[in-house]
This record gives sequence, structure tokens and C-alpha cells, in this order.
Amino acid sequence: MNWQLVPQQLVTGVLNGGIIAIIALGIVLIYRSSEVFNFAHGQMVMLGAFLTWWFAGGNETGKELFNLPLWAAVPLAIVVMAALGLVIERLALRPMTGQPLLAIILMTLGLAQLLEGATAIIFGIEPKNNFPAPFSPSDVISIPFPGAFNDTIIIKQALLATFVVAIVAGLMFMLFFQYTRTGLAMRATSADHELARSVGINVPRVFGLSWAIAGIIATLGGVLLATLTGVSLSLGVVALVAFPAILLGGLQSFVGALIGGLLIGLAQALVQASSVQVVRNSSEIAPYLLLLVVLLIRPEGLFGEKRIERV
Amino acid sequence: MAALRPAGDFDRSYEQDMAVLRRPWQWAALALGAAVALTAPLWASAYIVTTANTIFYTIIAVQGLNVLTGYTGQISLGQAAFMLVGGYTSALVTTHFGLPFPLAVLVAGLVAGLVGLLFGLPSLRVKGFYLAMATLAAQFIIPWISRHALPDLLGGTSGRIDVPVPVILGVHFSETSQYYYLSLIALVLTTLAVLNISRSRLGRALVSIRDNDLAAELLGVSLFGYKLRAFFIASFLAGIAGALKAHSQRGVGTEFGYGLEESIILLGMLVIGGLGTNLGPFLGVTAVVLLEDLAGLTGQKMAEWFPALQARFLTSFRPIFFGLVLMLFLIFESRGLAHRWQMIKAAWRLRPFAR
Repeated sequence: MNWQLVPQQLVTGVLNGGIIAIIALGIVLIYRSSEVFNFAHGQMVMLGAFLTWWFAGGNETGKELFNLPLWAAVPLAIVVMAALGLVIERLALRPMTGQPLLAIILMTLGLAQLLEGATAIIFGIEPKNNFPAPFSPSDVISIPFPGAFNDTIIIKQALLATFVVAIVAGLMFMLFFQYTRTGLAMRATSADHELARSVGINVPRVFGLSWAIAGIIATLGGVLLATLTGVSLSLGVVALVAFPAILLGGLQSFVGALIGGLLIGLAQALVQASSVQVVRNSSEIAPYLLLLVVLLIRPEGLFGEKRIERV
Repeated sequence: MAALRPAGDFDRSYEQDMAVLRRPWQWAALALGAAVALTAPLWASAYIVTTANTIFYTIIAVQGLNVLTGYTGQISLGQAAFMLVGGYTSALVTTHFGLPFPLAVLVAGLVAGLVGLLFGLPSLRVKGFYLAMATLAAQFIIPWISRHALPDLLGGTSGRIDVPVPVILGVHFSETSQYYYLSLIALVLTTLAVLNISRSRLGRALVSIRDNDLAAELLGVSLFGYKLRAFFIASFLAGIAGALKAHSQRGVGTEFGYGLEESIILLGMLVIGGLGTNLGPFLGVTAVVLLEDLAGLTGQKMAEWFPALQARFLTSFRPIFFGLVLMLFLIFESRGLAHRWQMIKAAWRLRPFAR
């Protein structure tokens, strides 16, 4: 372990975790209302980023259709993605109601492939590095910290801003679920479909709504990710680490998704402080090793309900 | 086998009852199929032989997945990773220990099977989505190990090592038209094995776990033992398929795929063919491989028409076609092509009375 690097990696890890957390939030949201594990969420994140980039005037041929500032491009992308969420729910998931788990998992996996291919055809396969991020990677805040490497901790402004946005958005969604009528309807639906129906909640509408909100969250996550790494087709795979985060936090829990995301970000960053080369390289699989440990020791996760089917 | 037999159709001996082929037309179909398959390299084009070779070893991997997912009902997102294990094992034992090819393939199956057991262990505690996540972890961890552990042996970050041409009794199987026969023989053997697993005690136990695990346990089926057996069989067959693929492509490693996408495609092939049927892997793999060729062709045509957008058209139709067909199958034909084939046979037998 290279202890000098630890303070820096702790900070970076937590900040990175914020983005994982907001991606995880979208998956938990859909799972809670309709018990669908959306493996296509990563692709929705990617598509949200591509749409924002496109509305903000990104186009390699130079003939841009739109040339909006970021504050206008993001809401536009959010509207499109929310509509797409509704369409996906109506066309792909509603016919699957009552089908076995495997069929539903495969449906979202097929959807992921379809979205990935469609994104590539519409926007091209080359990575886009001209995302109009409000911060450049060289904008950093240096905090003196004795004992750390060079006695300072360096925080990228972009990273800090995305972390703040992720946490604020996450908390806002949690308040929405806790205190609004619609949020209450969604929680009731997740608790019991039939009971929810019997008190007058339109359950199919709630499903549609949760997919639309997931589209919104995905776009936010995509924009935050794109700010850090640029827009590319690999965003969909990057977003897959949200799955270990969810299982770590517990499938049904929003708080769990947030904390799981932070922990996964921490784990990824901390292995990079190791002095062994192989361990440093393992940051891409660290979430999955952690996932195996969680599955063996505490399958319901940190904050999940103990409703999990044991064998 | 006993399902849907017309009245008056009895078995008169145990041999008859246990027969796989029970009708004259089935023998005729087998003879015709064998004749076509055995002589194909003599008259068919190189494209057909290459595609058939690919289809053969892919069917083996999907047969394994069928035992695990189709019969036992355990979802696996890691089949491609176990193929990678098999490919590497076979490559290493032939290069470094000089093992003969058939033995190397067998060892590849065994090693992959053991690795599969390791990742099947969580099935002791979890199932359904949670197990899918455990196999997803395998799908990320195994290729990572191949890129980062023992770089001299496994090719390191280049993601590939070379695999020798298989030699059996002095014959070099260097051309695809020759290699084709090796895949064919392996496929015949695995098909017989899977067929007999599915209709024996083991297969029934696996199906009982899928249909109701609580009832299965009460009937004396050891859940853990049988699930692990299913995991072993699935990754054993994946290992064999991986070894065949590696020797056919003369190389193995993450450079040649073996990623999450491949695992998803293998699952998709199984669903499109028909879960839990022995015919399913054959139909599904053939359909998806041909579909992917069609996607490639579409991409080439589009690239010719719009040369400015060439790069995106050449690669992107594959996932679009596959995703779309998989989704349509799940909605409109969720029991797969094998079920459709059963319906066609039934309609033919009942004609002209029922449709």
C-alpha cells in the first residue's frame, strides 16, 4: 500500500462514487416499481450523453442542426429521454408483464444491444471529445493536506461539481418519493401491485412514469459522466458498475444505491493506491470482486429487505 | 418423447421405448443429414463450410447453456468467459505439454468445468437475478485475469496467444474444410450426451429444480449438488466449444471477443431456438449466425451507398438486428423456434382437422 496516495484516492473515490450512485438510482427506481432489472440503463445513460452532445452543437461533419448552450441542451435531452422511457415501457416491457425473470432480463439485454447499435448508427462510432463541459480537466482545487503526496490533495472542479449535482439530484428524487402524491403512488405500487390498484392507483401509468423518470436520471448521469470522460460508446459499459453498487446497497433501497455507489467508487480508487502493479490494474474488476463477496456473505445488501429468495 | 403421440402407437419393447429415433422418416432424415454433413466440404462453398464450422462449435456452447438455463433455470451471463478458459487451456496444454488434440479438448472442458463450479458456488445461497450477477462477475473477472496474470503465458495486454494446428495421427487439420470434421464429431458426441442427460435421472432432477425447487428438494433432489452439476456441465461444454473455437481461429484471448456481448448472444441464441429443448440450440444458433451475416451484408450495402458514414454502418447493424429479433421473439414467440417446429408437426399430423 502506498499510504501517501491514500488521502487523495479517498477523496477521488468518493467523488467518483457520486456518479455511480446516480446511475444506480435509475436502476433501483425501475426495480422498485416494476421489479424489472434494467440492464439497458447503461445504454440509456450513454444515449442521454450523446443527445446532450448533439443538442449542444456537437457534430463531426461541421453542419450542426442545433447549437444550444448546455443549460438548454440538457433539458431538451431530458425531454427526449423521458419520452423514450415511456415508449420503451409501453412497447417492450408491458408485453412482458407476468413473464419469468429470465425473459425480462433478456428483454432488457436485447434492448441494450438495440440502443447501442442505434446510437452508433445515428451518432457514429468515434468517441467525441468536444463535449461542451463547463469545466476543463485542468481546473483543479488544491487543498494542503500534510501526509498526502506532495502534501496536497488535488480535486478536479469537474469532479466536484458532478458529485454535488449527483448528490443533490439523488436527494431530490428521494424527497420526491417520500413527500409527493406521485411518489407515494410509486411506493405503493412497489409494495403491492394489486393493493395499489384497489386504492385507485393506475399501475401501468406508474410503470410508465418510473421509466420516464429513469430516462431523466439516466440523462443526468450521462451528462455528468460525459463531463469527465467525454462522450463515447463505452459509457454503457462504464455504467455497468452500477449493478455491483445496487447489490451492495440493497436492491430496494434508494439510500442503499447512493451509499453503494460511493463505496464502489471508493473501492475502485483505493486499489489504485496499492504499490503492487496487478492490484492497481484491478480497479476495473474491483466492483465485481466486491459483488462476489457481498453475494456470499450478505446477499440482501447493506440496506435491502431480507425478502431475498434463499435456497 | 411420449408427448403428443397418436392413439394406438405403443412401444412393444424396452429398446423401442428408449430409442431416440422411432420412426422411419427420422432414420431417413438422419441418413440424409449425415450424408449432407459428411460430404459438405466436397461440394459446398468455402463460406458455407466456414459458417457451418462456426455454427457447430457455437451449438456446443449453447447446449451447455441450455442445461444450465433451459433445464435447471439458472441464469448465466458468463458462458463466453468459460469458453475463454477452455480455449486458453487447450492452447497451453497442446503448446507446452504436447498433449494430443482430442485429449487437450477434454482437459479444456474439465478445467473450464472446474472454474464454472467455482462461480456456481454462490448458487448455494442465491438464485435468480443474484446468480445472474455472480456469473456477470465471472464474465468480467476471467477476461481480466487473462490480460493481467502471467503475461508470458497468457499473452498479457495484447489479449492473444497463438494456438497450434491440431494434429491427429499425423494428419494436420489446417484447412477449415478439414477442421470442419473435428467440430462435427464433437457436436455429435455432445448432442448425444446432452440428449441422454435430458432424458435420464439427472435431467429430470434439473428440470424439477427449474419448475419448483422446494418440491424438488422435498422429493430428495439435492439442490446444491444438482445445481453444481448443471454448472459443471454447462462450463464443461463451454470449455469444449472454446477449445474448438481457439484451434479453429488459431488464436485465443480477449482480442477474439469472449466478452459480455458474446455471453448475451449465446443466451439470445438459446431463447430464440427454444429454452429447455434439445432442438433449440441447433435452430437458435443457425438462425442467429445467419442473422448476423445478414446484418453484416446490410452494413456493407449501406456503406457502399453512403461512403461518408462507412464506419458506423459496417459494425452497427449486428447489435441492432440481434437486439430487435431477440425482443420480438420474447414478445411474440417466447417459446422459440423449437416450439414453432412442434406446432408445425402437430398441424401436419392433424390436417385437415385442426390448424
